[in-house]
Amino acid sequence: MKVEIALDALPRMLAGIGLTFQLLLLALGIGTALAVLLLLMRISGRWWLSLPAQAYCYVFRGTPILVQIFIIYYGLPQFEWLRESVLWVVLRDPFGCAVLALALNVGAYVTEILRGGVLSVERGLLEAGAALGMSSTHRFVYITAPLAVRIALPAYGNEIISLLKSTALASTITLADMTGIARTVVAETFAPYEVFISLALVYVSLAWLIQRSMHRVEARIGRYATRRAG
Amino acid sequence: MSTQTSPIIRLVSVGKRFGDFEALVDVDLEVRPGERIVICGPSGSGKSTLIRCINRMEKHTSGTIVVNGHELTDDLRDIDAVRREIGMVFQSFNLFPHMTVLRNLTIAQRLVRKTPKAEAEAVAMHFLERVRIPEQAAKYPAQLSGGQQQRVAIARALCMKPRIMLFDEPTSALDPEMISEVLEVMVDLAGDGMTMVCVTHEMGFARSVADRVIFMDRGRLVEQADPETFFTRPQNERTALFLRQILRH
Repeated sequence: MKVEIALDALPRMLAGIGLTFQLLLLALGIGTALAVLLLLMRISGRWWLSLPAQAYCYVFRGTPILVQIFIIYYGLPQFEWLRESVLWVVLRDPFGCAVLALALNVGAYVTEILRGGVLSVERGLLEAGAALGMSSTHRFVYITAPLAVRIALPAYGNEIISLLKSTALASTITLADMTGIARTVVAETFAPYEVFISLALVYVSLAWLIQRSMHRVEARIGRYATRRAG
Repeated sequence: MSTQTSPIIRLVSVGKRFGDFEALVDVDLEVRPGERIVICGPSGSGKSTLIRCINRMEKHTSGTIVVNGHELTDDLRDIDAVRREIGMVFQSFNLFPHMTVLRNLTIAQRLVRKTPKAEAEAVAMHFLERVRIPEQAAKYPAQLSGGQQQRVAIARALCMKPRIMLFDEPTSALDPEMISEVLEVMVDLAGDGMTMVCVTHEMGFARSVADRVIFMDRGRLVEQADPETFFTRPQNERTALFLRQILRH
């Protein structure tokens, strides 16, 4: 193990941290929005909304994310109508393809996480809301959603960390994120061990950072749950 | 005068099935405005199901239920209209855990009645004082004792200015030392002329407050009478057996 190689590689790889974060935040934002939509479809009680959402989650959770990235990046441009549509703005760019693939994937997982939260909201609370005359929309917005979010938060935090690591797959379609740069450095130095170890340390630190912030958020919005003082 | 005597709640041969299980069989019941009714009976006898049908927490499967002139059907407007007249108190309190006590009391006023914030809070404080815990307004439910939570739940229902209050075993989930504080609030309410239908095993409460005590068994109303008659001269053998069992200790 040559420490100087690892230390030399570090600043170069960190130049890709911006791209890693862009992939992470964009995919997370779009994916979560998609998840909320899919969740509403799943719990709508209408089969023609719930079934497509269920099928979506099944397909995207059942296939490797790398395969999804390849299908979107290599596969979709084969369709001429796609190349002529506005979607091409996103799909001709590897960055757009990576964000799209990650977002679609995260969307499927977060849907299930949110659904778990919604299902675990106590039925009695919704009955109390109904007895007070609150409409089903009011009950969802003011009772179900805020409680479901609190319950889903730890699993959502896991999903963010998992997504952070999935962004590394973007390097397979030419993107120079941290992993992409690391691969270039390895090709130059022939020192995969040193370079990838130092890359792994960067990811671990980022994951730790995410975990810490999620703990903060949980503690902040979970304070109602504190047991009675005495 | 006729509105005084005509029933505010009327059930005509109401039935409720859960699959093969008949929870309610041919129930007839009339409740006049201001009347205080206690329903008792062994567990699984349909008491809770009965009062939950009155505000459509459960959907009855046969017969007719009319509350304050609105018949309960699938028509959502009638259900809304009925729920506006009825407050309900649950065994497990069901306070919204992510809201302060004050917000628990104002949220429905603001969303359903569109009451302005200041007015809703004034109403909330008024009823918190009535249940004797105005100092807990800023706390979260988990910070209160069970008895306090149930009193908040009663205040929350009262904030909607209901004409009828339904109580579904309001003291069954409470530690013994907290039962009386909740019963006191209920006795208070009865003194104000509120129409009340209570499912409870608190026979002391039934004796002192109820105008009528009803005994249910296996989904049927077996017996109903004024408390004096009910407790001293029950007509039905099952009622007598039930009373012996719960009054033994």
